[in-house]
Formats: sequence, C-alpha cells, structure tokens
Amino acid sequence: MSIFDILFYLFAAAIVLSAAFVSLSRNIVHAAFSLLFTFLGIAGVYVLLSADFIAVSQILIYVGGILVLIVFGVMLTNRVTNIDIRAAIRSRIPAFIICAGLLALLIAFITQAHWIRYDEEPWKKTPWGKNAVEQVTKPLQGSVREVIDQQGSQGTAAEIGKLLMSDYMLPFELLSIVLLVALIGAAMIARQEAVQKKRPLSPSLPTEVSQ
Amino acid sequence: MVIEALIKIAIVLFVVLTGVSYTVLVERWVCAWVQDRIGPNRVGPLGLFQPLADVLKLLLKEDIEPLMAQKWFHWVAPVISIAVAFSVLAIVPFGHVLMLGNHAIPLTIASGINIGVLYIVALTSLGVYGITLAGWSSGSKYSLLGGLRSSAQMISYELTLGLGLLSVIMLSGSLDLNTIINSQAQGLWNVVRAPLGFLLFFVSSFAETNRQPFDLPEAEPELVGGYHTEYSSMKFALFFLAEYANIITASAVMTVLFFGGWHLPFVDQLGLSSLAMTIIGVLAFALKVIGLLFVFIWVRWTVPRFRYDQLMNLGWKVLLPLGILNIILTAFEKIYLIA
Amino acid sequence: MAPLSHYLAVSAILFVIGTAGVLFRRNAIIVFMCVELMLNAVNLTLIAFSQFLGDQTGQILVFFVMTVAAAEAAVGLAIVIALFRNRQTVDIAKVNILKW
Repeated sequence: MSIFDILFYLFAAAIVLSAAFVSLSRNIVHAAFSLLFTFLGIAGVYVLLSADFIAVSQILIYVGGILVLIVFGVMLTNRVTNIDIRAAIRSRIPAFIICAGLLALLIAFITQAHWIRYDEEPWKKTPWGKNAVEQVTKPLQGSVREVIDQQGSQGTAAEIGKLLMSDYMLPFELLSIVLLVALIGAAMIARQEAVQKKRPLSPSLPTEVSQ
Repeated sequence: MVIEALIKIAIVLFVVLTGVSYTVLVERWVCAWVQDRIGPNRVGPLGLFQPLADVLKLLLKEDIEPLMAQKWFHWVAPVISIAVAFSVLAIVPFGHVLMLGNHAIPLTIASGINIGVLYIVALTSLGVYGITLAGWSSGSKYSLLGGLRSSAQMISYELTLGLGLLSVIMLSGSLDLNTIINSQAQGLWNVVRAPLGFLLFFVSSFAETNRQPFDLPEAEPELVGGYHTEYSSMKFALFFLAEYANIITASAVMTVLFFGGWHLPFVDQLGLSSLAMTIIGVLAFALKVIGLLFVFIWVRWTVPRFRYDQLMNLGWKVLLPLGILNIILTAFEKIYLIA
Repeated sequence: MAPLSHYLAVSAILFVIGTAGVLFRRNAIIVFMCVELMLNAVNLTLIAFSQFLGDQTGQILVFFVMTVAAAEAAVGLAIVIALFRNRQTVDIAKVNILKW
C-alpha cells in the first residue's frame, strides 16, 4: 500500500463522515461547515486522481463560491443565533427503504461489474468483440498521469482548455448563458424587497418636507 | 527532498513572521510621519524592539471568551485566517534556482505546481471563512455585521481580482508562476504590458486584505472592531498577524505576477556567477515586496474609507466592466503587438 | 493505486447520504446542501472514470456540472432568502402552495 493509497482512504473516510454529518446534524451551521470538509476531501481525491485543474476548480467554485452562498443563506435565515432545527421527520419508512435500496443497488453494480482500465485488454475478458469496446472507450492513450508525464508538467488545464474550445464549444457557450440567466434571475428575486419597500411603512408618521 | 522543503519552510516562515512584526512597526512610523508625529521610539534603539513588546503584551493578556460565543468555532476562525494567509506563500518563487555543486534547489517551497495562479485564487477565496466564522461565532451583532460585510466585499472583489489576473495568464499563456516570471524576463514586465490588469489587481488586493480604503469589515466608528470585536489576547494576535501576513502575501504575489518576481533588467548582461545572480534575484524580490508594502501602508494613511454602497458600486459598476475591457484589450495586445 | 471500485464505492455512499438528506430533512438549506453532495458524488465518479480510462472528457463534464451547480446555488439561495423574507420559514413542508 503506497502513501497515496493511505491518503485516499483517509480522504474517503473524511468525505463519508463529514457528509453523514451534513445530512444528519441538528445544527445547520455545523452542517454547513461539515460540508466544507466534504468538499475539501473530494478536492483531495481529485488530486490523487491527477485531476489538478478540477481539484482547484472544486475549491474555487464549491468551497469559495457555492458554500459561501450557503453560509450566507444560513446566517441570514437563522436570525443571528442558530435555532436548533429539530424538524419532524416525515415519511421515515419509505425514505429509509429508498435509501437502503439505492445503496444496495449501487454497491451490487460496483462489485458485480467488470471495470476495464485503459491498459487492459477488455475484449479478452468480456463477451463482446474488440470493436465494440473501442467504440465505447475512445482511443486509449494511457492514464491522465502518463499523458502528463509524456507532455511535461503541463497539467490537465491545457488539455481541458483545448477540449472546451473545440469539441465542447457549444455546451461551453450555452453554460455561460445559463450562468448569465441565473445571475439575472437571482438578482431579480433578491430585488423584490426593494420594490415592496417603496410603500410607506406607517402612513401616520409625518413625512419630511424639504423646506 | 523533504529536509530541503522543511528548511525552506522554516526560512520563509521566519522571514515572514519577522516581516510581519516589522511591518507593524513601519506602519506605525509611517502613520506618525503622515500625521506629523514622532511614532514609537521608546523600546530599544529607535524603537526597534517595539514588535517584541507588542507580542509580549498580546501574549500575556487574558483570553476572554464571550458568553454567547460558539467555543470551538470561535477558536478555529483565527486559525483558518492565518493558515490561508501563509499557505499562499508555499508556491511563491522568491528566487531563481540555487546551485549547490551539481544540486539545483528551486527557491520555492512547493515547486512544480503548474496551476499556481489558480491555487492563489482558490486559497484567497478560502479567506472569507475565517472572517465569516469569526463574525458569526462571537455571538455579537457588531461581529456578525462585520463578518457579513467582509464576505460580501471579498466575494465581490474576487471577481475583479480574477479578471485582473486573466491578463497575466493571457500574456504568458501559463498558470505556472515560474513560467510567468520567465515570460516577463524575456519581454517587458507585466505592469507595463497590462497596466489595466495591474490596476484591477492592485485595487482588489486592497479589498481582499481588508485594508483601508476598503476596511469596512472593521470600520471602527460603526462596528467597534468588526469581526474581531470579541477577540482578545492570542486569538486577536492571530487575526492581527493574518492581516499583515495577507499584505505581505499580496505584495509577493503582485511582485511575481506584475513586477517580474526575482528578475532585474540588464543584470544578466553583467556576466556574474550564477550564485551572485541568485542572490541578486532574491534581494530584488525582497526589495520589490518591501516597496509594495510601503505603498499598502502609504495608501492606508492617505485615503479615507469608502462608504459601503460606494464600495459595492465601485466593485460591480466600475471595476467589473473595466475587467471585461481589460480582457479585450489584452487579447488585442497579444494578437497585434506581441505575436 | 486503489482500484476503481473503491472510488466508485465512496461515490455511491456519498450519493446515498445525499439522497437520505434530501428525503429525511425538511430545512430547505439542508436539502440544498444534500443536493450538492449528490452532485459531488457524480463528479467523483466522472473523475475516477476519466483517470482509469485515460479520457479527459470526464473532466469536462465535471466542469459543466460545477458551473450548473453554481447557477443552481445562486438561484436556489435567492429563492430561500425570498421565502424566508415572506414566510419566516425555510421548512419545505410548509411551502406547498406554490404562491402566496
């Protein structure tokens, strides 16, 4: 077991524990900060999977953006002090059945399936022929780490940039529109208060008249 | 390899901690000079031992924990602040390669990080947590308001910071800090090639480090002390340390991105040995950082504080459009002037 | 290096934890956080496959998921704040009338 394996299992434990805390914690602020550790743990796993650009994006977008928004939401809806949110749990049994079933299904899939690697010859172990597999998995050039080793320390950023500007140009542009629309929508929803406040709060108060 | 890294960490930590304490002293001197006073000169010759006295005073004070505070979060908030401030320094190249015999030591703690610029932006965005957490966990309305204000401010100015950085990335075509320095060494410094980008980065670093004229999170007349109102003793000292460490980090990053890092023009034509070149490089880096630090202090004692709506207007209505203009201008420059 | 199935197992557990949070909890912000957990689980799977199959496309997809998650966070939290402002509650069981 290499040090990277040990690190992976440590990160995995951190991810699972903190995620469980997020979904079970009674205190919403604790849940939000537990989510911070989940995100950081996932970023760590990304680094171990040699996806450096995605790892930093994870920190930048999830931790630095989304979670800050969530913390904002928590603080603004919690009336300064944190209220204990002991919400009554509804329909406990169906929810439990769904979760247990989902977990069983996923774990069964993961243990049953034969997962191919880029350096395996899957057509020898799987019932279908070579062509079918090649169509599914695209040209196999080696793991991301090997590509990095061949190309020098370019990282995955350059490769992702090239793909975004060529094969995935249209989705990329569409996403920027999605972001713009979301931004305008969010600003619009948040501005509602300003519109409502134009009504005088209490008409009985004498209004200031400029001399 | 590990020992090498540990030695580098120890040196950088020592230099930065000393730097922080003397930045505080210099800040007080400059402040006194701007206000036509004498400034601290009692402790030791010229007041040079003042930082020691300050540290001792902060350490010996009682650590008061407010009744309403969330104990654990209250404790962890300053730690986050300081950790973020220091971890950016891990990738800042403070010199060229040092040759010891045949053994080359890159003068960066973590060399070979090829997404260095993104790492800096990502860690800067983590700085919000320390302050927000401090504000929330203190259980005081002044602290909470300071914390909320600072998060809003830091999120708003992060955009501008990123847009300013983009021009550097576009010009050197890399996210690696060493490549960025090399591209500046071969051509002009980025401050000349991308002045608008520098201006954006410069202004938003003031906002990101919560310095005057953007020090609304701790605006004394309105919020007592902002997010660290309820902090005392060592925990307050950590926030204090983090603020100045942030300034040093910001200066170092600015030096690397816009002022050519350890590069000095025309020195490579003097025909010096590689050791002398390296030493000159480190000294040049230190000088540039000190110069920028002085600018940080100078601005603080010269420019009045912005009002909150002015701050937000400046960020969203002036700097953000300028940032987009900056990208377009840099693209034109890259196509027609450089390539 | 740990086998692919271990990465997938972590991701599956994470996904189920997220699902459990969405189904069990009634605080809108917690539900929101659990949705983020589920998205992260999917991202983890994509990156694991990307590494083990030597194909960068998975990373592009993760990038897209993150962007959509950011848009979702902005709109979702704006809705939560608007909800709290109008109803002083963030309990999703109490906001079932679609208008007020």
